[in-house]
Amino acid sequence: MTTAAAEGPQAAITREQVEDFLYAEADLLDSWRLDEWLALFDQERGGYYVPTTDCPPDADPSTTVFLIADDMPKLRSRVEQLLSGLTWAENPRSRTRHIVNNVRIIGREGEVLLARANFVVYRMRFQNIDPYIGTYHYRLIPNNGTFKILERRVVLDLEALRPHGKVSFIV
Amino acid sequence: MRDGSNVAGLILDDREDGIFRVHRSVFVDKEIFEQERARIFDKSWLFAGHLSEFPKPGDFVTRWVAGRPVILAHGDDDQIRILMNTCRHRGNLVCREHKGSGTEFFRCFYHGWIYNTRGQLKGIPGEEAYSEAFDRDALGLEPAPRMHNHRGCIFVSFDPEIESFESYMANALPILDNTLDLGKMEFVQGQFKYSMRANWKLLVENSMDGYHAAYTHERFFHWMRSEGLQSRLSEPQTAGASNAPRGTVPLGNGHVTISYPSLQGRQLANQSYLEKHAGPDLEQFRAGLVNRYGAERARMVEGGAGNYLIFPNLIIIDNFWVFRTFYPTSPDYMEINGWACLPKEDPPALRKARLDWYLGFQGPGGFATPDDVEGLEGCQMGFATHKEVEWSDISRGMKGNLAGGPGELQMRIFWREWHARMTTERHAKYTGD
Repeated sequence: MTTAAAEGPQAAITREQVEDFLYAEADLLDSWRLDEWLALFDQERGGYYVPTTDCPPDADPSTTVFLIADDMPKLRSRVEQLLSGLTWAENPRSRTRHIVNNVRIIGREGEVLLARANFVVYRMRFQNIDPYIGTYHYRLIPNNGTFKILERRVVLDLEALRPHGKVSFIV
Repeated sequence: MRDGSNVAGLILDDREDGIFRVHRSVFVDKEIFEQERARIFDKSWLFAGHLSEFPKPGDFVTRWVAGRPVILAHGDDDQIRILMNTCRHRGNLVCREHKGSGTEFFRCFYHGWIYNTRGQLKGIPGEEAYSEAFDRDALGLEPAPRMHNHRGCIFVSFDPEIESFESYMANALPILDNTLDLGKMEFVQGQFKYSMRANWKLLVENSMDGYHAAYTHERFFHWMRSEGLQSRLSEPQTAGASNAPRGTVPLGNGHVTISYPSLQGRQLANQSYLEKHAGPDLEQFRAGLVNRYGAERARMVEGGAGNYLIFPNLIIIDNFWVFRTFYPTSPDYMEINGWACLPKEDPPALRKARLDWYLGFQGPGGFATPDDVEGLEGCQMGFATHKEVEWSDISRGMKGNLAGGPGELQMRIFWREWHARMTTERHAKYTGD
């Protein structure tokens, strides 16, 4: 299957473009280039969300407890905290490896491209290896051959954060 | 059962000179852990959940409480029960969903035995095979020995002989009521289910520790400043002066609160945050509180009484509306459950602002909890040296000296009750300094 919504003026968007974008994003995260990662977001309307492990993937953060529900001011603060060294859970920094696969374009909503990808993110710290497993739900705005992230929703398959204990880095 | 003598010398409590030490073996020793299960967790009233999680007949929640799988079941007779989640036939879990509603039966798939939502055994395939002595009516799902529903907070005890809930709660009951008076309280959908590679008692200490805030949680205060908010807890040199003198209030039976400046009529950071993000809604909500309780009591209900412990493992943190409970599965690992407990009548903007504030600090992805996890897991790693470095020190403020910041009396109260339970199987007679 190729792109599900390859019509109209933005018909040229391919799955390969989305893959390139997500692979580059994963590389920024694993190399802790978080300022550059932050610049991938729509700076006004962007957001980073991780629903709790017992909630439906499309839960609403204004009525439901999430693990993370960052609008841009909060996300900017999160990145500042991570880079400043104040975040003891990530100082010294964890080693992480984002494995991104099964990238799919799901559809369109106006200017927004809906894409999904499966992931395993390994986090190595103090001789523990904690795998975070799930699906990324992206709302992307096509932008000169690449994208701006409107929403990055990380839906964990884990039943609980056990034994992981925390989501202190960017999954 | 061993006697308590192996624990007796593990707390050094010198009230005269003002020195309090805890022997680090209590965080790593497997026999002590087994003794805690028998003498503390099997002999206490424990928090099991909230009625809002299973509000209607046919609703249920399953979880583990004190090492046991249980069903919190809302029966078709509108009665609340805590049922042991094991088939009376050969043991399989009869309910294997995390939660559900509209349920009429719990059916064990192993041999098809069927129980109704009251726990009564209603169906046995091939029942003719049993003798006349076989008593189907006696083989319902076993209810927990004791259960108590206090205004929607469901407590359980696995000790059939335990004292009444009210007697056990002692002076913690009015503090819990203060929390519940905020509105028609509910557990908001979305539960924190996480863990720490650390001993459970470290989280008791940490959940009511004013001293660590300015250091461990610097990043949280960084976020607050970006919101234009201040907290006195972020100022190490004045934190004690502002926080400690009225600080710790023993509530009996090992329960204790560290109380908030709101009791002195002062504004809390969470209130400033809500004013900023949901001002009109908050004003309306406050008017409702004043209407119900009068101005003075409304201020106390809104501000909250403090961070408090209901011994041994329920933590309530009023200024984030947190209910948190945890249970060890080994000396160096615990499973933690956390909820946001909020008024149902919250208007939408106020509910959203409360959740944003809650997530600003709380939970595995919050701006503070992960650093607590990191810190306590670090303590646990440090305890691998307990043969060389035997004692932890919990003496702060013991002689009433609070000039240097928050004290640790609240932890000593916990430890004195813990010690009494472990050695005498009774409540401590006196937990203060």
